[in-house]
Amino acid sequence: MDCQIAQTLLDTYLDGELDPVRNLEIEEHLHGCARCLQSSSDRRVIRHGLKTESLYFKAPPDLQRRIQRSVRQAAKVEAPSRWLSLSWIKIAAPLAAAGLVVLLLVPFFNGPSSDELLTQEVVASHIRSLMANHLADVPSTDEHTVKPWFNGKIDFSPPVSDLAKDGFPLIGGRLDYLKNRPVAALVYRRDKHVINVFVWPSDNSAPSTAPIKTQQGYHVIHWDSAGVNFWIVSDLEASQLAQFADLLKSSLAPPPS
Amino acid sequence: MGGKDKLERFERAILPHLDAAYNLARWLTRNEDDAKDMVQEAYLRAFKFFDGFHGVDGRAWLLSTVRNTCFTWLAQNRRSQATTAFDEEIHTVDEDAMNPSTLALKSGDVEMLKKSLDELPDEFREIIVLRDLEEMSYKQIAQVIDAPLGTVMSRLARARGRLKQILCSRLKEKS
Repeated sequence: MDCQIAQTLLDTYLDGELDPVRNLEIEEHLHGCARCLQSSSDRRVIRHGLKTESLYFKAPPDLQRRIQRSVRQAAKVEAPSRWLSLSWIKIAAPLAAAGLVVLLLVPFFNGPSSDELLTQEVVASHIRSLMANHLADVPSTDEHTVKPWFNGKIDFSPPVSDLAKDGFPLIGGRLDYLKNRPVAALVYRRDKHVINVFVWPSDNSAPSTAPIKTQQGYHVIHWDSAGVNFWIVSDLEASQLAQFADLLKSSLAPPPS
Repeated sequence: MGGKDKLERFERAILPHLDAAYNLARWLTRNEDDAKDMVQEAYLRAFKFFDGFHGVDGRAWLLSTVRNTCFTWLAQNRRSQATTAFDEEIHTVDEDAMNPSTLALKSGDVEMLKKSLDELPDEFREIIVLRDLEEMSYKQIAQVIDAPLGTVMSRLARARGRLKQILCSRLKEKS
């Protein structure tokens, strides 16, 4: 290898992007050529200087918050028109092929009501929560630990009560998103079955109860009470889930005066 | 539901590369406020087109959006500045390298290196930032600037030659 070629390849060599054969050739050349060796060390000096910390501009601390805010804002705006988009389908597909068919057909034949959409959302959130350690951000059986954990994370304080004495122990809580807003998710267990309770303030002042729904093998119960939405979802047997719902309602009802 | 998933995936895959995005934008715009605006705009664009991201390299994907955003901005706000023009075609042999002068950067000279890099034409500045500051591979750089590998190599060589020229003449002035 002559100096001309060595000079041309030197940068690529120093970048570690040369093929092994050329690599060997250039190393041999540098071994016997003082001028190219000098040129190589000059280049190293500049490279080394460029890696000085003061040349790398780290993002100012406020920038991450600013960007997170604006992206989340964009996500909110975008969300309503997205629910039939490709990425939505991609996420739904691994969940259940049968469910996917239902989801695709329902809008064409029925035009899903907002309740149906929300049921789908609730079931999807439930399934997601069972994957990969996503169940509880605050794993605790203590209602006095779980309730304050939500402070500052959401704009309301969810009612939390432990139903361990009735065979439905509280196992934790986490933040989730439904209807494009953060909601509290309280997690209970009955034997091996996980129950997710989604709670957020309701726009409805009138209390209401909807009949139990079943989707993809999951049962969903929801009701409104005292300005709070409750959505309960589990693979627990329907009658047991109804029992759990009744216990939860009565535990949260104001004490008789 | 889809929006939530998308947001989560986006925050996990793309948000961690904020420093890289800011560093590139800061070097390209040469000032903090514009760099912040560029990064924000790039993030919003990236989010909008996130469905098109199937790769594993979130950093390269984000940086290509950042650089496109910055270059659009630069074209609109091009300063009439005395930087040497960017010319990919001219192929000068690095004569300096053939007559090597020993380079030694003392601690104070890093500032000089910074100024020299700042003086480079945008495309040269960009490629050195991607390679030497961001430590990207040629392949990643090719993805960011959307150019073939050969262009990456030749542009990088020319950018480095120019950088060395500027730095050497600055060092000579000083001594």
